[in-house]
Amino acid sequence: MLLKHMARTGLLLAMFAVIGTALVAFTYTGTKDDIANSQREALLKSLNVLVGNLGYDNQLYNDRIQITDERWLGTTQAMTVYRARKQGQPVAAIIETIAPDGYSGRIKLLVAIEYDGTLAGVRVLTHKETPGLGDAIEAERSDWILGFNGKSLSNPAKKGWAVKKDGGKFDQFTGATITPRAVVQAVHKSLQFFRLQRAELFRSASGDNT
Amino acid sequence: MSERMQEMTDISRKGLWENNIGLVQLLGLCPLLAVSSTFINALGLGLATTVVLLASNVSVSLIRKLVRPEVRIPAFMIIIASFVTAIDLSMQAWFYELHKILGIFIPLIVTNCAILGRAEAYASRVSVDRAAIDGLMMGIGFTLVLVVLGGLRELIGQGTLFNQAHLMFGDVAKDWTLVLINDYRGYLLAILPPGAFLGLGLLIALKNFIDKRFQTPQTVTLNTTATAEA
Repeated sequence: MLLKHMARTGLLLAMFAVIGTALVAFTYTGTKDDIANSQREALLKSLNVLVGNLGYDNQLYNDRIQITDERWLGTTQAMTVYRARKQGQPVAAIIETIAPDGYSGRIKLLVAIEYDGTLAGVRVLTHKETPGLGDAIEAERSDWILGFNGKSLSNPAKKGWAVKKDGGKFDQFTGATITPRAVVQAVHKSLQFFRLQRAELFRSASGDNT
Repeated sequence: MSERMQEMTDISRKGLWENNIGLVQLLGLCPLLAVSSTFINALGLGLATTVVLLASNVSVSLIRKLVRPEVRIPAFMIIIASFVTAIDLSMQAWFYELHKILGIFIPLIVTNCAILGRAEAYASRVSVDRAAIDGLMMGIGFTLVLVVLGGLRELIGQGTLFNQAHLMFGDVAKDWTLVLINDYRGYLLAILPPGAFLGLGLLIALKNFIDKRFQTPQTVTLNTTATAEA
């Protein structure tokens, strides 16, 4: 009697599990393509802000490689590099990089570098800096991040790649020096990385390259 | 017929005001406090929660005669979790950027005690239409608190309203942002977590003040039943 009761209750619960899973599976198949599309569009949008005016003609989203380089990219995880080309010729690289020493943890950046080594632009992808102080690195909050446009390893020279407080050329924020310092260093490192690896970056085929 | 109408109005009033999830039951505080930093974030989470509440209340009421009491909680949880996952996927598909901002708080709707609370305490005991109205009104009541708190914090914290409305309403809403205070340096406290606690505290105080002000013998009795039910 008890067994029968248990079996019936168990079956009932199993039935709910099946119906619930069916609902989730159904939604998953219905939204799978839309999700992939939205992800691609959102990423392309942020890439195009940086290199949209350089007139590339390749599939930016697919032309990418994964690179792991703790010294220059600030993390032991694989970072993505997107490569913009025009008629097969390299135009620019967009490098994902990490500033590991933000005020509250890692700051993830997109650094776009033209083939000649000039910065096309920098944007912050994710960060946990203090709202109202360190978050001025976001393009929506202040113009600070636009100050990198057109800079390169020779402009300013090595000593200039620091915040003004440290004798460099870049502004810090009132009440927040650590955040911009971390970003400036990370951008400088990506430029150095690009100079060392430029040929290799554009040569290798899309895919995993660690 | 009019008796029915009366009952539905009663359920609505409880959901929106007298037994409001955010202000009276004080359930679902974690998402309420975490996500109410801007108007649009608050609206996004509020609507998602409302859809889940409505769907779970209706399904729980539909199966109320089928489910044995010993397994009712796991059964309800399966239903709620399935709906939340479905909403999570749909938002990712159609409101991708908003979904990215709300992040973990969409999947966490599952742990919002308000939803299981309504399923267990109300929907599993009443007919489908009552459960539906209750879910809808409880959801709207929760959304209203979220939106008011979000609007207040955005206004005091950044001096704007409806910032980033395009995340939800598409490109037409790009310039809906109202800059109410020009050249405003922002008031950090309102955006940080303590601002959420202070804001919610003030809203609860305001609700209590209004209740006291317009207190009549009739609402007093209604209030007691509401607390007993919760």
